[in-house]
Parts: sequence; structure tokens; C-alpha cells
Amino acid sequence: MLTLQCPYCGVQADETELSPGYEAHLKRFGPGSTPEEFESYMFARKNPKGVHFERWRHAYGCGKWFLAARDTNTLEVFGTYPAQSSAPPADLIAKIKQKRPDWEGYK
Amino acid sequence: MHNPVSALGGEMFEGFATIREVGPMGMITLRCKMDEKPLATTLKKLGFSLPDQRRISHGKDRSAGWMSPDELLLILPYADVAATMEGLASGLAKTHHLAADVSDARAMFRIEGEKADQVLAKLCPVDLKTLAPAELRRTRAAQVAAAFWAQDGGYTLVSFRSVAGYVMGILRHAAAKGAEI
Amino acid sequence: MSTRLQKGGRLIDRSTRAEFTFNGRRLIGHAGDTLASALLANDQMLVGRSFKYHRPRGIVAAGPEEPNALVNLGRADRLEPNQRATTTELYAGLEAASQNHWPSLDFDIGVVNNYLARFLPAGFYYKTFIHPRAAWKHLFEPIIRQSAGLGSAPKETDADRYEFVYAFCDVLIIGGGIAGLQAALTAGQAGKRVILLEQTAHWGGRAVVDGDTVENESAEEWVTSAVDALKTMENVTLRNRCMGAGVYDHGYVLANERLADHTPGDGRPKQRVWRIRAGHIISATGAIERPLSFAGNDIPGVMLAASVRDYVVNYAVSPGDRTVVVTNNDDAYLTAITLVEAGLSVPVVLDARAQADGPLPSRARALGIRVETGRGIASVKGGKRVTGVQICLQAGEGAVMEEIACDAVAMSGGWSPVVHLWSHCGGKLIWSETLSAFVPDSARPPLNHDGSAMVSCVGAAAGVYDPADIIAGTDSDGAATAIVPVWMMPQGAPIGLRSKMWLDYQNDVKVSDVQLAAREGYESVEHTKRYTTLGMATDQGKLSNINGLAVLSQALGAEIPQVGTTTFRPPYTPVTIGALAGEARGEIFQPLRRTPMHDWHDQNGAYWEPVGLWRRPYCYPRAGETHDQAVQREVINTREKLGLLDASTLGKIIVKGPDAGRFLDMLYTNMMSNLAVGKCRYGLMCNEQGFLSDDGVVARIDEDTWLCHTTSGGADRIHGWMEDWLQCEWWDWKVYTANVTEQYAQVAVVGPNARKLLEKIGGMDVSKEALPFMQWADGSLGGFPVRVYRISFSGELSYEIAIPASHGAAFWDMLHREGAEFGAMPYGTECLHVLRAEKGFIMIGDETDGTVTPLDLGLGWAVSKKKADFLGKRGMERTYLADPERWKLVGLETLDGSVLSDGAYAVAPGTNENGQRNTEGRVTSTYYSPTLKKGIAMGLIKNGPDRMGEVVELNKVDGGTVKARIVDAVFFDKEGEKGNA
Ligand SMILES: [Zn+2]
Repeated sequence: MLTLQCPYCGVQADETELSPGYEAHLKRFGPGSTPEEFESYMFARKNPKGVHFERWRHAYGCGKWFLAARDTNTLEVFGTYPAQSSAPPADLIAKIKQKRPDWEGYK
Repeated sequence: MHNPVSALGGEMFEGFATIREVGPMGMITLRCKMDEKPLATTLKKLGFSLPDQRRISHGKDRSAGWMSPDELLLILPYADVAATMEGLASGLAKTHHLAADVSDARAMFRIEGEKADQVLAKLCPVDLKTLAPAELRRTRAAQVAAAFWAQDGGYTLVSFRSVAGYVMGILRHAAAKGAEI
Repeated sequence: MSTRLQKGGRLIDRSTRAEFTFNGRRLIGHAGDTLASALLANDQMLVGRSFKYHRPRGIVAAGPEEPNALVNLGRADRLEPNQRATTTELYAGLEAASQNHWPSLDFDIGVVNNYLARFLPAGFYYKTFIHPRAAWKHLFEPIIRQSAGLGSAPKETDADRYEFVYAFCDVLIIGGGIAGLQAALTAGQAGKRVILLEQTAHWGGRAVVDGDTVENESAEEWVTSAVDALKTMENVTLRNRCMGAGVYDHGYVLANERLADHTPGDGRPKQRVWRIRAGHIISATGAIERPLSFAGNDIPGVMLAASVRDYVVNYAVSPGDRTVVVTNNDDAYLTAITLVEAGLSVPVVLDARAQADGPLPSRARALGIRVETGRGIASVKGGKRVTGVQICLQAGEGAVMEEIACDAVAMSGGWSPVVHLWSHCGGKLIWSETLSAFVPDSARPPLNHDGSAMVSCVGAAAGVYDPADIIAGTDSDGAATAIVPVWMMPQGAPIGLRSKMWLDYQNDVKVSDVQLAAREGYESVEHTKRYTTLGMATDQGKLSNINGLAVLSQALGAEIPQVGTTTFRPPYTPVTIGALAGEARGEIFQPLRRTPMHDWHDQNGAYWEPVGLWRRPYCYPRAGETHDQAVQREVINTREKLGLLDASTLGKIIVKGPDAGRFLDMLYTNMMSNLAVGKCRYGLMCNEQGFLSDDGVVARIDEDTWLCHTTSGGADRIHGWMEDWLQCEWWDWKVYTANVTEQYAQVAVVGPNARKLLEKIGGMDVSKEALPFMQWADGSLGGFPVRVYRISFSGELSYEIAIPASHGAAFWDMLHREGAEFGAMPYGTECLHVLRAEKGFIMIGDETDGTVTPLDLGLGWAVSKKKADFLGKRGMERTYLADPERWKLVGLETLDGSVLSDGAYAVAPGTNENGQRNTEGRVTSTYYSPTLKKGIAMGLIKNGPDRMGEVVELNKVDGGTVKARIVDAVFFDKEGEKGNA
């Protein structure tokens, strides 16, 4: 039963107030894309033991989607940030690197 | 004109706290960026004031609740909705916004009594002790979405209309005599 | 015999008698008793039978670790099986019955298994009940079901109420002994928000029983003042009778409060589940005493040494007149001392150690108690009750040196810290050689959301036993509590003795079973557990796990830490299902969504169908009508006269903004931006894979505003889908959405007389000219503010009228009143389905299942070829979706007019690699059409549209097949004249 802080309304939300939305920072490939690109967008999902970036929606709260960086193994939450981000914020990356020196980066 | 009917016709329950369904109540969902200049002035003209994040601001007979960074819930007398919708349309004519009358899409409850907070504590995963005065909290009540805030020594809770019967049911259960925490 | 002592009993009130029954026998206890102490006071040591061998079982412990004393408690609508007598508080009128025996507790036929014990070894079930396969269903399973099972399941609806409560704190402390109280005082004085839980009704834990001294006071005095001090702190919440059941992610803890278990029917909720979110959790859960493994250690009268003390001190109950104490540690001497000081006889203390010179053994000797070191029990004598023990050398093979008569044995093999809560979320353990126990490894705690330690352990749960250490937060005297383990008594016991040494009392697992498992190759403790069922009973191995693990490691010749422990899983002790369900039962089991006309439907005989969380009328059967007949009547009436449908559940989403048209063009497969104001258009939505996900009519309200109808039950999903794209992909687009589904009641007025009714009611022009097909208009009807859509899901002349929900019921009433002269009748969802199927209209969820594209359904006309992009366009371009051999939508008409089975497959020649018949399609919708007086169906058939007129075979439920012709899916009014009227 996780808690995640919604970056829009500031509520430290209970997992039961949230709905999950799989991997964050996927690039959409539409018409004209190659089969490989489309596959990467549609089906290829990371499943790391460790640092992971995810989408969550504050479904029973303000209704906004946000992104979270979390260790799937220890469940440590490194931070949450707005969905209107094409990459994780630099200070969050720095924080994760400091806590997980072996981490290879989000890409 | 016919009289509007609230979801439960004003049902009431006396447990260790008192539960009342109230309404019909006028409600407008207003989606707009909070920093749009005409918003604050239009609201002011209509008797509302722009609430801060997660707060509800009360005017004479109306309130404005912060629902999300681009959504307000305006609460007002049922009869004033049409005029207010017109006021919003003209005041925000040049501003990207969406105003929808949701008076009939909602049910409103009052939870009153010294231990009213215990009723909510049984249904909502919310730390009521850290709730700021005038904080509007959107959350779930058991299995349905709800929003509530402290008002007049009790709490006001808003849910969707179709589940009003369910909400009354869980409030009765939580407020039953003998179930004080 | 066990009996009530004349004096003492710190928890009982001798002035209050509580009459209760056990197996129908009327017995007397006192207020403050547990059921177990009251049974013992009445010399009822035998309380049940074991699971496998049906051996007599007596009370072993005094707390939640009790494996044997499980009873059926209460009766009828308050019957609960498997209630622990040791944690059940006695009340007047309590009814208890022993379990797991037939026909009676004293004479149990199942005990024959006991004599077959050597034929029922570890893994017996796995080894025996395998072949022949058929015997499982008809022979083995019925017999096992007859003789197995603990207690009897209640048959009546639970009379009690349960509830949840959410709580939040900085520090949650579980366990109200000295360590827990001290932790609460420290945190409370520091101003933290504290919750302190204690599973029993009393504070103080062991220290108050053992008469410890804490900070120069008696434990009793210290505890009283600590509790008083905590009660004055506003930031501290104390709950007793509240068991910390489980620790979960991010400081989430479930606790089970037994409010009215001991006062049934007093109007309070029976139990309350606390859902606590804690900043930090302190486990002060104490330790559990270990049994010793000697032959006959399961005979009623053999008890844990400290539990014997509990009964004497707390309840003034003597488990026996003559109690032999057997131990490998000093603590059990306190039991001998307590018994002797209570005037009872302790013939001997048998200490497996070569020496015993600590303060307690010295005190025992000073009291004249005979102490024999280096000795153990070779075997306990007795059947349903201990009659004596045979003494042997611990170091030997069990040669009997002496036999001593006694009626109770108090055993102690040392203590195991209760590390469950530490372990639930991944806290690691370390083997303490000093304590011969697993203790929390504070270097590897379970982690919280910020990466900090989520749980810490204090007191006995951390292996710290001395009150002075607990108060000071030190751990100075490991040496004083050091234990040299005794895993088997005597250490060289032959098989004859080992096969009578019980590890798991409830599941009948013996030392010999674990050793056999090891010989058969079971090396992992998790596998051994499942193979032997060690620790898999309702006590989850609280007494048996460490002893079993030690036996396994010895048999494997490995160290205990290498073998490891089994996983600790919540709940700590069983929680009744009712408590876990909380308020969610009966009327409020699940939210029921009601339309404004719900009560009307109910009063008018609606037969309900669940649609998502909504209830919709399936049909409105009249007196004497079957559901089928009602549906047929509704269909014919709607086709010929006038039908009224409550369509309020239809999703309604406003989409508004300068980019709304562009947005809808991405969302729908067809064009929506060019829809004229005032007009309606049917649209399809796909997911990104190109599969159909929803459909509905879109109305252009004004230059900037569209209203999108979704399927019933699809509104929240589609609204969420829209918000997802707007928030996460196209966040610079200026579009707002609002889900206004519940703002409006919606009524479909359908049939040739539809216009006549609306014209009679009056208020707006609903003529063909003013309001043609696929247009909408705002206005009023009969004084109600309405929006009228000329759309049709039936092929009939049809108006869908939206009206604010608060007027819905009145408007619906009026339509029926005014429509009577035109033959108005309500119709339900099944009639709706027949009407739409007759017209070949698809239904999301019938024709679609998440693998069907619009092209599969012949809806290519609604898929734009002009648009560069829309959701699902790229997905649809995948080669396998363009395969001409795909199953595609057609109509199906049986040659004999019969109705096809729902979901029937079209069979094809040959068989597949599994020997099953090949298939070439399936039925998606099938109905009896009262209009056409025959069965009609829609189905997906391989290359169907190119096979018009061909006959295919579809399977039937009875195994046969039925022939059907492939036809156009539109069965009725192919030109669409009726709807356009
Ligand atoms: Zn939020």
C-alpha cells in the first residue's frame, strides 16, 4: 500500500486513491512509423528490479496524471513530478544517482 | 416550472452523529486556468472568491472549491445557477474555459455532531487531524469518489448523485449508535 | 486435575460468576477469565483432537500461540469456528464446542488414524491419493472432506457489524508490555503522534505476571503509572484488544480490534479493522516460549512453563496438582517456584543442562524443590491426561532411570522473539548463537517510502529480556539469557521415541516426519513445510517452526542460518472474514448506481440487469408473463406503437475549447471537427492497437463545444481516456472536458407514435422539418427544460430526450401518463438489444471483445481515410489486421428458424493439433426476433462478407450442430425508412 505525493494538489495520497498507468516517458509512434518503432511504443515495457519511472493518476483526488520515480525492489519513492514532462527533472536524476550510484539512467 | 428533487429527498439519520442529505444545491464545474485574469474578476462579480490550492472559499450564500489546478466547483443556491452560468459565459467569453451545470449530478450530505469526524475517519483514507481549516479534500468514501470540507461545526460531503443511496448507507453504518471510536 | 485455587488471580473477579457451556455441559467461570482458564478451572484439560491422527489435545499455552484449544464459539448467526480458547474472554452465556472429532470428544473414531500413524508419514497425501485419478472425485476427496476440517462453517448470515477506521500517526507501537509502554512514553513525551496497540485486554505483558521489578517499582505499579501517564497525553492513542495483524508497504499496518467479542449483541460493532499509516513502526511484540521435543509431549497436561505461570498468577488456576518442570533454561524455574508458592507440588525440575546455578535455580533449591540436571524426559505417560513421566539422561538414548507420577508437565525450550511484524515487509533476521533464536537484523530493516527503516523492534521481540535493559534501551546481559538449545530430548532418541515427539500439534507433524522429509531429499525449509504441513495450520507454526527448522538442519547436517526460516505472512493471528469485509456487505456491499427513474422501475416490476455498477431494467414482466414473453411484447409494442426507455446511464461528456475539434478527430476514427452545429454523428473510438473500444453519437453544441455520448458504463473510462491524452500527450492543446453523465436523465421515446406523444405534450417543434434525423434541439416539453436528439438505436422514429436529473422521475411519469393513449410502454435492455440486432447495429462488448477492429465489423465507412492520424490508425495498419481471412461481421439465419446459442462457434473441416474441431467464426449476438418471428444472429465469420448465401454449421450446447445461412446483418427495414420518418 504505497503512498505517493500528487504534485498537482499536494496530497500525500494513499494507493487506493490512485490508479496506476504503466511506464512513463513512452514515445508515441503513429502512422508512418516502422513496425519496430510501433512495437517499442505499444508492447516493449521495462520491468527493472530497481529504479523505475511510472505513470499514476490521482483518480480519487484532483484527477491529474503524474509521474513517479520508484525503486521497485525497496519501494523507495525518489520523487513525483507533473505528467507534462518529456524527461525526469534534473534534480530528481541527481538525487537518484546519489542514492543509487550503479543506476544506468532512465533511458 | 417543476420543482427539482434531490437524490434522496432530504433523508436523515440520527446515530452518534447526524446525517442529512441536503439539496437540491446549485453546483457548477468550472474548468479554467486559475491565473487567467478574467477569472478572479468574473468570480468576484458573481459573489465568489478564488480559492487557494485545496481550499474552499465561502461567500454570502455561495462557495468556490478548488478541485484541481484547472477546476473549481462553484456551490450556490439552485435557483441562481442559470444566471451564474450566463455571468460566467460573458465574463469568460474571451477566456478558454468550460462551465457545466452539475447541480443534478451531485448529492450533498451534512455530517453533524461532536464526533462527526469519526464518521469520515471510518470511510476515507484521510488524516483529518492535518486537514487545514477550509480545506476541501477530494478522496474516496469507502468505494466511491467524494469531496468534503469542515463547515459550521460539522462536515459537508459531496458525492455523485447515482450513488447517493450507497453513500447514505455507508454514512449510516459509520455513524450507527454504539460505533463511536 | 486442574482446578481453581483458593486465593489469587490478578485478572479475575471472584464476585462475578459467568455461567457458560462446553459441549453442552454447564460450567462456571469468573469475570476476567479466558475460556481456557475457565475450562481448566473446571478440570477440562481435553479440548480437541488433532487434525490427522485425531489424538487427544489439551491446552498448551495461554495466549495467541495456542495450537490446540480451538473451539466452535457461539451458535447460529453468531457461530464462529476455530476460536482460540486462550484468547477468548469469558462472558456469561458463552457457548463453546470442541472441534475435529466424531462422534464425541471423549470417543473419537478418527483416532484409528493414530494406530495407523506409521502408515501416514510425511507427504502421505501426496504419496497415496494420486492413482487412480478417478478415485479422487469419488473416493479420496469425500472421505478426506468428511474427516478433515477444523470446526464447522456458519450457515447463517453473520448477525454482527464490522467496520474500518483509518488512522495516522508518527509512531505506531505494537505490544503493550514494558517495552511497548516505554516506547510510547518516550515518543509521547517527545510530542509525537503515537498509537499503542495491545492484543489482550490488559497492559503489561509478561513482566506483571512474573513479578519483575521495573525502575525500582513492581512491574504492576510501573505499568499502572505508565498507562495513566499515557492516557493524559493528547497525542497518544491507546487501544487494547487490538492485534497488530500485518505490516505493509510504506508504513501501512492493519490491526484488528475486538470490540464486542466478549459482549456479543451489545450493539457495538463486533470488530473493527484499523488501517493505520505510521511514520515508524515499533514492534514490541514479545517472545513465544518453545516446547521441547520429547516423546509424548502432546499428551493433555503437557504445557508451556510460562503459560502454567499465567494460569496460576492471572486466573488462580492450577493446571495440575503435581507438575514436573522440564527445561533447558532458568526461566522455567520461576514456574516451579510459583507453583510451590501457590501450595502445589513440583516433584522435580528436570534440567537438560549439566549445571544450573543461576538465581532462579538457587531460589528453587532453597524452597526445597528437587532439581535434576543433565536429565530429560524419555517419555510422558498417559492418554487423555498425563499420568507421569519417565526420566532419562539428556545425553543418552532414553534409558528410563526413574518414573515419576504427575498430572502436568511444564516445559520450556527457551524463547523465540516474535519477529513477524518485522519480517512482513522484508526485514531480515539473524541467528543469535547466544539466544539460540532468530532476532531482527537491525542492519537490514524493512524500508519506508523515503528509504529509512520502517520498523524497529524493542524488548523481547528484539531478544532483550531484562526490564532494566528495556527501559535503558541497552542489551547488556546476553549472557544471563543465553540458551544452549535442546532440539531433541534425549539427544540420542531412537525412532520409537522420535515418532512420538510432536513439533506441530495441530497438523500432527513429528520429529520423525521432518527427518523423513530430509532423507527424501527436501532441503529447502519452504518445501519441507509444504510437504510435511509443518507450521501450516491456523497457528502458522508459532510453536513449531523453530523446532522443526532445527530438526531439519540437524538432519541435513547444516547450520540453522543456512537452512533459514519460512516466510512470515500476515495476519499475525487469524482475522475473521467479516472484519476484513468491513462495512461492505448487504445493501452496501458495492455501490449501486441508480438513475433518477430507478424507484419507478422497481415499483413497476422491473427485472434487473447489472450494467457496470448500474442496475437497468432487463424487461418489465407483467403478471403471468415469462421474461421472454415480456421482451417480445415490448419489442412488438415499440415497433408498432410507442416504447419508453430509461437511457440515463448513457455516458455524456462535454468537450470544449479551440482545439476540441482537432482533439475529437484524434479520438474518433471518423471526422468530428466538420460536424455542423446542431447536428449529430455516430462515431467510433479505438485503442492504439486499432481495436474498437467504444461508440456513440456526438453532437456539436456550438462552435467550441461537442457533447460525446459513450456506452453505458463506458463514461468514466472514456472520460479518463480523454484526460490521459490531454494531460500526458497533447498538453498544449486547449481543450477541457467534463463528464456530465449524471447531470441528465435521458429517455428514449421510440416508435411510430413517438412524435404524436411529444406533440401532445407540446413546448417545441419536433416535426420532421424542424428536427430531422441526426439533429438536436434545445427547448421545453410539458414545461420541462429538455435537449432533444433525433437519434435511433432501434431503427424506429426515435427521440432521445435529456433532462436535468432532478426532473427525471417527473418527466418519465408524464411521458407514461400522456403516452397511454398512444400505447406507451416501458421497455428494458433486452428489448433494446433485439431492436438493435434486427437493425444490425453493433453493441460494444457483444460484437467487440478487444480484438475486433471497425473494419472487421463492416464499419469502414466510419474510419476516415483522409485523416493523417487518429488513435488506432497505426495499429490498424498492422499486417495481420489487414489479413483478408479475418473473421468479419455478417448476419446469420438458421435454416430451421431456431435461435443460435450465444457464443456458438462455426465449425470448419478437420481438427487442430489438439484434436479439436477447427473453427471459422463465432456468434456475437443472437435473439428471437418477434418482428420477424424467427431466430436472428450476428457473428464474425471467416471472410464472411464474401460468402453471402453460403451455409455454415454452428455448434450447439448439446454437442450437435445447426445450419445457418450467411446473410446481411440488417434484418429489418433495410432502407431505414422508419427511423427517418
Ligand atoms: Zn492530486
